[in-house]
Amino acid sequence: MQVINEMKLVIDALSVNEGYCRVAVATFVSQLDPTIEELNDVKTSVSEAVTNCIVHAYPKKRGKIYITARLYADGLSRVTIKDRGIGIEDVKKAREPLFTTAGGERSGLGFSVMESFSDKLTVRSKPGWGTSVTIEKRIAGKGK
Amino acid sequence: MPVRISTEANTMTAFLSGEIDHHSAAAIRDAIDTQIQINRPKLLKLDFSEVTFMDSSGVGLIMGRYKNALTFGGRTEVANMPAFAEKVMRLSGLEKIIRFYKEK
Repeated sequence: MQVINEMKLVIDALSVNEGYCRVAVATFVSQLDPTIEELNDVKTSVSEAVTNCIVHAYPKKRGKIYITARLYADGLSRVTIKDRGIGIEDVKKAREPLFTTAGGERSGLGFSVMESFSDKLTVRSKPGWGTSVTIEKRIAGKGK
Repeated sequence: MPVRISTEANTMTAFLSGEIDHHSAAAIRDAIDTQIQINRPKLLKLDFSEVTFMDSSGVGLIMGRYKNALTFGGRTEVANMPAFAEKVMRLSGLEKIIRFYKEK
């Protein structure tokens, strides 16, 4: 399927940037004329992925978040949120509902939210290499 | 500050507003916890009617306040959760331990 538009965003992994990241992606995806609910789904899942980079990826150093968003002619949006942080030892375990290594007040629902708010979620990770999360969401749009 | 707190008799109400994410949750948490410690309410009411966005950080925020209020013998209720946030709430299962209701 043909990519009709693409954007890339590189930003420091700081919690103050969470809002900017989800709004930037949502504004870009708006070109597909999503419903308010579809747009909220994109915003929420991007927020979860970006928060994971900030909370988990770089415990010792300042790092970056790399976001790529692609829009396809058939209404698909594909957003990849990547870090070059410590990576995840056991991705299967990390994706289990309520599992968290963060403690404090992290609910352990990040991946569950990403899964249920998107059509397809792909997680690639390797310790020492970083983590890449791809969220695919088909935008049916207001007119359809 | 995305939270305004009012206290009346034994009830403390926190009116949350704007976007709730991992970043904004920290300040909201500190503000509410400070007041819980001072007021030790019998009932803590978290009002979400002015919230415009919420991810799973909102779940942690409610859970944490529920636990904190409970250490002082108070219970927690959640009022006016907007429709867009209900999907996240259903995933959390919080409704099994906390009362959710709408006032309007």
